[in-house]
Amino acid sequence: MDHFINLTLNGLALGAAYSALALSLVLIYQATRLVNFAQPAFALLSVYAAFAVTQITGSYWLGFGAALITGMTAGAAAERFVVRPIARVSPLNGVIVTLGMLLVVQGAVGMIWGNEQHAFGYAFSYVGRFSPADIFAVSAVAGVALLLFLLYRFTAIGLRMRAAAHHPEAARLSGVRVGLMLTAGWAIASFIGALAGMLAAPPFLYPNVFDIVFVFGITAAVVGGLDNPFGAILGGMLIGLGGSWVSGYVGPELATLSALVIVVVVLSVRPDGILSRPTARKV
Amino acid sequence: MSTTTGQRPEPSTGAASTPPPSLPEKWRALPLPARNLLGAAVALLVVTAFLAVTGDLTALRLATVGYTFLALAGLQLLVGGSGQISLGHGAFMMIGAYTMALLVLHLPMLPLATNLFIVVAVSAVAGIAVGAATARLHGPYLAGATLILAVGLPGIAHRYHDLFGGSNGLNIRTVGVPPFLDGVVTTSEWRALVVWFTVLLVLAALATISGGRLGRRMRAIRDDETAAAMSGIPVGRTKVVAFIIASAAGGLAGGLQAYALGTVTPSSFALVLSLTLIAALVLGGIGSLWGALWAAVAVVYLEVWASDLARAMDLGHNVQHNLPIVLFGVVLILVLRFWPLGLHGGLQALRNRIARR
Repeated sequence: MDHFINLTLNGLALGAAYSALALSLVLIYQATRLVNFAQPAFALLSVYAAFAVTQITGSYWLGFGAALITGMTAGAAAERFVVRPIARVSPLNGVIVTLGMLLVVQGAVGMIWGNEQHAFGYAFSYVGRFSPADIFAVSAVAGVALLLFLLYRFTAIGLRMRAAAHHPEAARLSGVRVGLMLTAGWAIASFIGALAGMLAAPPFLYPNVFDIVFVFGITAAVVGGLDNPFGAILGGMLIGLGGSWVSGYVGPELATLSALVIVVVVLSVRPDGILSRPTARKV
Repeated sequence: MSTTTGQRPEPSTGAASTPPPSLPEKWRALPLPARNLLGAAVALLVVTAFLAVTGDLTALRLATVGYTFLALAGLQLLVGGSGQISLGHGAFMMIGAYTMALLVLHLPMLPLATNLFIVVAVSAVAGIAVGAATARLHGPYLAGATLILAVGLPGIAHRYHDLFGGSNGLNIRTVGVPPFLDGVVTTSEWRALVVWFTVLLVLAALATISGGRLGRRMRAIRDDETAAAMSGIPVGRTKVVAFIIASAAGGLAGGLQAYALGTVTPSSFALVLSLTLIAALVLGGIGSLWGALWAAVAVVYLEVWASDLARAMDLGHNVQHNLPIVLFGVVLILVLRFWPLGLHGGLQALRNRIARR
């Protein structure tokens, strides 16, 4: 039983990082209707920026701030200068170009910092059951989700962003600057992606560190429903718990297969994710 | 897509097996399978000529282009044909490669052709399982589900270390050059020819499929699923069939990879393979076998050129190691920015512009 509780708490902490990444994917999917494969690239860039800043200044929190700013800037710039001109022509090309950015950033990071592992610390002590680091992870993600909910539901800019995402034409006619709102959506999403990166990277940092985290993130988003931010958080927690239990009881190599099983089971019952609403389609 | 291999212009390759330089009507009067087979025969002659010119050194590289081409052609049928986006194509290559390696290790008396048939059967069965499980999914949901398959599968090779050899993988020895050709071609040249023979035969079949009723149905589903269903096309079944064909092609490509390289490791089927395949397909151009060919050439040769470049310029170790992936990404972004239809579409546009002058 003790083992089970340990695994569950560990799964929740892991799930927090997956939830954050899934949340960033869902936000971009809602705004631009594409799955952003460059999300781990922005996170990678952010965490390496944090690594560099922490090395120079010696302060973890300055690095943390640098990571969030880097993520936001990278997301906004990528949307404005790379994705928008390409996705306008073909949505599939829009998805593939984010893959291209992922390759470029992973390679560039490897060129600058090398492919070897660097030690990268936690925000707080990670020792013990549900350590301060775990508590920080869960509460940071919960806090961000709450802020996001408030932003989208109760502020004018949130309303504009939702309008731009759902009915761009109508929004434009009402005076919303749709392009700016999309860029803002990417910036917010990549901010959360950078947070996910800071939570998921320790103890080591290397160019492929987020591959598996990203796969779990996209799985979480799909399981929860790509149209629903709460689905992303639920999906992330499910994937985190499933992975933790399977690693603990069966073997860590099969953790990814547990995610596969969750995906297949959930999607065979609800093909659009747990928290999706069925939509009418026009022919 | 239908006649892409068939339409290969036949200049003076000096081949006896090609039809006499006849009128285009005569060519079009031939049934589609015959046209595709003839096209494949011509292509094989071209590959042989290329191999004869370049020699032993590029043989392995040429074989790599061959099986990558096959894998991409299968993916092309799935993505370009039926509009399903699979990010797990590498998983089927892995299934094919491990099937091949296990057959060679445990049933060494079987001839290569039998092995390849078994590889196709096994990967088709895997395709049935995955295709049936994912038939109801669409767009990013299918992509997510297949992505996790590509990531999860190598874990099995680590888990069942005794059977699959863990991270070291399996090493196999396959039969080399047949005795009567000893001294004429080297082992790696022979392997490249075997790979290309198989690949072109299967491509002729794929081109025939996509030119026929099944291909038409698949394209109808890609363009509008609801409209296709209302016209009486069995949507679910057609999608699963497309998935199975693509998986079988991917598996066969993996089997040929195992045959050509003589080694199978889980790391060569990592996430990056599946992602590279789909990215390369869009880079080459969706919807035609030519696009798959350019994609295969790009995957293999961009890496070669990048490594050569890095070595020639004596760049540091870190840069040298990462240049191929950066170059691939940059080329991908630039091509999509300026040639939205991929290399094939871009080349066609260039040709049209020159023809108009």
